[in-house]
Amino acid sequence: MSLHRRTVLALPLAASATQAAAQSVTGESFAAAERAILAGRTPVAEGIVIDMPPLSENGNAVDLSIRVASPMTEADHVTAIHILSERNPFPRVARFGLSPRAGRAEVATRIRLATTQTVLVLAETSTGQVHRAGREVIVVLGACVDGG
Amino acid sequence: MSVASIVARITLPDSAAKGEVVPVRVIVRHPMERAVDAPGLRPVPRRILHTLVVTYAGAEVFRMEMSPGIAANPYVEFTTVAVETGDMVFEWREDGGAVYRREARLVVA
Amino acid sequence: MRGRAALLAGLCAATLAGAAEIRPSRDYLSPELRAQQDDPSRHPGWLWVDEGEALWRRGERSCQSCHGDIARMQGVATRYPAVARDGALLNLEGRIERCRTEHQQLPAFGYESDALLSLTAAVALRSRDMPMSVAVDGPAAPFLEAGRRFYETRQGQLNLACGQCHDDNAGRRLRGDVISNGLGTGYPAYRLEWDSMGSLHRRLRACSLGVRATQFPLGSPEYLALELFLADRARGLPVEAPGLRR
Repeated sequence: MSLHRRTVLALPLAASATQAAAQSVTGESFAAAERAILAGRTPVAEGIVIDMPPLSENGNAVDLSIRVASPMTEADHVTAIHILSERNPFPRVARFGLSPRAGRAEVATRIRLATTQTVLVLAETSTGQVHRAGREVIVVLGACVDGG
Repeated sequence: MSVASIVARITLPDSAAKGEVVPVRVIVRHPMERAVDAPGLRPVPRRILHTLVVTYAGAEVFRMEMSPGIAANPYVEFTTVAVETGDMVFEWREDGGAVYRREARLVVA
Repeated sequence: MRGRAALLAGLCAATLAGAAEIRPSRDYLSPELRAQQDDPSRHPGWLWVDEGEALWRRGERSCQSCHGDIARMQGVATRYPAVARDGALLNLEGRIERCRTEHQQLPAFGYESDALLSLTAAVALRSRDMPMSVAVDGPAAPFLEAGRRFYETRQGQLNLACGQCHDDNAGRRLRGDVISNGLGTGYPAYRLEWDSMGSLHRRLRACSLGVRATQFPLGSPEYLALELFLADRARGLPVEAPGLRR
């Protein structure tokens, strides 16, 4: 419940922070992207483990792995995992499409993060549930940048 | 639509038991160009790989839809159930319609 | 007052410790990057290595047709830069370009080209984890001295010598970066900052820019001499190429 309340409070703020950038390119804010994926469903704040260093050394490539607890059977499996970014120009970072043939609902990738922010993961299941988890990541700037 | 090869590194286990869940790791060479149109910067049109589709043993087993928020030289790891010895086909679709394909053989003992 | 003295003493001790010991660059990487550097399935630099190994075999007069399998390049990178018969100081890139133009009768790839980075990375990989052991006597001695002078001279608007970062403050943070001992053992390296493979000289240009000093061209005598001095500093430490760097 507490996570739910925080979501309600945090989303409008996040949206206003990214609105200018996001709307100029995609017309979709972070909040709108989450709403569109949820499609009226209420997410549960469990079942997802996000592994990501709390402090990222370079926003060009941030390692991120996601594990969703699921039996991955025909009857009950994860169908899609979404990565959303609160403060990137594009809120929808990636969508993974899975089937029981995956065996496990585990994916990892490398993402770009414009700045310190929360990364949100939504996982949709074949039973109509949506799992939700967020992780804050601090993006630090290097000193030794390239002059070409 | 012509299909080109692309520089990619696909890592599978040497062999797997039937029914085993195996990890698949893929790195592909691509700049994932974000559109740049800011004043003072050289304009660059967006050119990214927007989709990766993986088929194996007669079905799509994995799909990834990518945005400019995916790092250059995209890396992805996922799992698949070892069903039979056969080629996993990796197909990347790029802005502008280009399609790239690579294959890797999964040996099921 | 006592507190401040203790703090100062602590800082000095750290400084001395830093100056006394030169550690491999991987010791200054985060655990995540270090693990990734050692894992070809997750290290984007291997995309270049694969290309380099293909290039090694490509063409009628290929590298392989003279040198045999690339495995025979084992240990070569530990000995570069080295002085050629004509007296020129060559790094691995320079040696490969000479092979191209003189023995293969082909146009040079060009410094920082993908092809040259790939081939250099593939050759350097064959020396991975082997100790650096460049020759610094005989014809190499004047180059070493030039490199040492470059390293020890204060440069640029910030008026800094290399050692003020890489000896006196190694292990400390400069914004998000951890200062290393400034060795070249990981190059060519895949740098997150670049989203790409790049040469040591490209990295040195970033150093020069950082202290607001003259940036020398890729392959310039200044950076070649410095590269030799850095290789001598790294004597006995392992080759890490292809490295993974911030």
